Amino acid sequence: MIRIELPAHLRTLARVGGEVEIDVPPGAEGAGAEVTLGALLDALEATYPVLRGTIRDHVTEKRRPFVRFFACQEDLSHELPDTPLPRAITSGAEPFLIVGAMAGG
Amino acid sequence: MSGVRLLVGTRKGAFVVTSDGKRERWDVTGPHFGGWEIYHMKGSPADPNRMYASQGTGWFGQLIQRSSDGGKTWEPVGNKFVYDGVPGTHQWYDGTPHPWEFKRVWHLEPSLTDPDTVFAGVEDAAMFRTVDGGQTWQELPGLRNHGSGSRWQPGAGGLCLHTIVLDPSNAKRMFIAISAAGAFRTDDAGTTWRPINQGLKSQQIPDPTAEVGHCVHRIAMHPSRPRVLFMQKHWDVMRSDDAGESWQEVSGNLPTDFGFPIGVHAHEPETIYVVPIKSDSEHYPPDGKLRVYRSRTGGHEWEALTNGLPQRDCYVNVLRDAMALDELDSCGVYFGTTGGQVYGSADGGDHWTAIVRDLPAVLSVEAQTLS
Repeated sequence: MIRIELPAHLRTLARVGGEVEIDVPPGAEGAGAEVTLGALLDALEATYPVLRGTIRDHVTEKRRPFVRFFACQEDLSHELPDTPLPRAITSGAEPFLIVGAMAGG
Repeated sequence: MSGVRLLVGTRKGAFVVTSDGKRERWDVTGPHFGGWEIYHMKGSPADPNRMYASQGTGWFGQLIQRSSDGGKTWEPVGNKFVYDGVPGTHQWYDGTPHPWEFKRVWHLEPSLTDPDTVFAGVEDAAMFRTVDGGQTWQELPGLRNHGSGSRWQPGAGGLCLHTIVLDPSNAKRMFIAISAAGAFRTDDAGTTWRPINQGLKSQQIPDPTAEVGHCVHRIAMHPSRPRVLFMQKHWDVMRSDDAGESWQEVSGNLPTDFGFPIGVHAHEPETIYVVPIKSDSEHYPPDGKLRVYRSRTGGHEWEALTNGLPQRDCYVNVLRDAMALDELDSCGVYFGTTGGQVYGSADGGDHWTAIVRDLPAVLSVEAQTLS
């Protein structure tokens, strides 16, 4: 079970309150493979289809410019989709943070 | 019991504003989608309780919301807008080629007959259509692939398709406008398009009478006379009496012919409304006076409508989709401002009141006449 913290607008859109918890299908990246950033996003969008297009582009799957990914005090925003997630994330010890970047005024 | 429902899109959410036929007291509900930009909302002429809203932010992109109960509840529908084929390039501000990139939906135009069919005008300029109530959207690529597409250049607000006018007498005919490409018409339900800009003169482009490149701000039509079109251009108010084949300037005695919206009276096809704005670099009314101008002669001769509108220290703008008219016997006229006011007149513009004063900046206003 992976815990994900969504920004407020996306919680409203997905009609969830606090953190969401999702299962990333075992073996999605091959038997015994680690859970990757891309697999987490795939599973999140499969669970909440309304989020498709709001975090990453429908077609290119590039992260939207003002969305950031944080995990275990690290910024994973610029990591590739096949980047393995930290053990603390995959174990559910720490939440994976999807953040709307600070912008505007 | 007749009534009016206004659909108000703002920088920070949507509001639904209702009144009975007297239009003296208004009930404001919202914000729906608080914190999101609502570029446009519109109800289906075939089923007024079916509505569509364009919702977005710079953070999380584009969403489309649909209501089937007159705006009480909403559900997100499809938000996948993918250009047909390899999209190619248009011109960037500096004249260099720039890839076509979807940014947002500016305008939603429901079909006149089918609540599940809606046309969407988007930035970068293209026309999309849904026939399943917004679940899926397909481009009508004949417009973007018109031979001039690679020469289209964005206006200050982006390369946006912001106006869609459906011909009630001919289901295959539609008019659209793009900033800053101009007006286009299809006569085959969107398969092919051609520019209809003959007579427009724009000093801001190298060839002022070019086939494309004009910054058309808004087009309006009275349903009883679908060959007569009225246009507010970047500068100039224009009319066409031949379905856009040619245009004549009708700015007449307006204090300035720059502006954004233009509307037609519900029962008087030659009565039209504009809101003059000082200039393209000063987006506020001249002299700090918010004045709607009405022509009862289809242009040329204009009168200022000021009763109830601020006549000093007013420096708001009225955007292109932010004026609407109802169809009650005494035609109502409504507009929203970038200062968050929505003004209404229940007598064709003779007297105005502020229906609501302190909304976020208003992007769009649509009026539904309820029976």
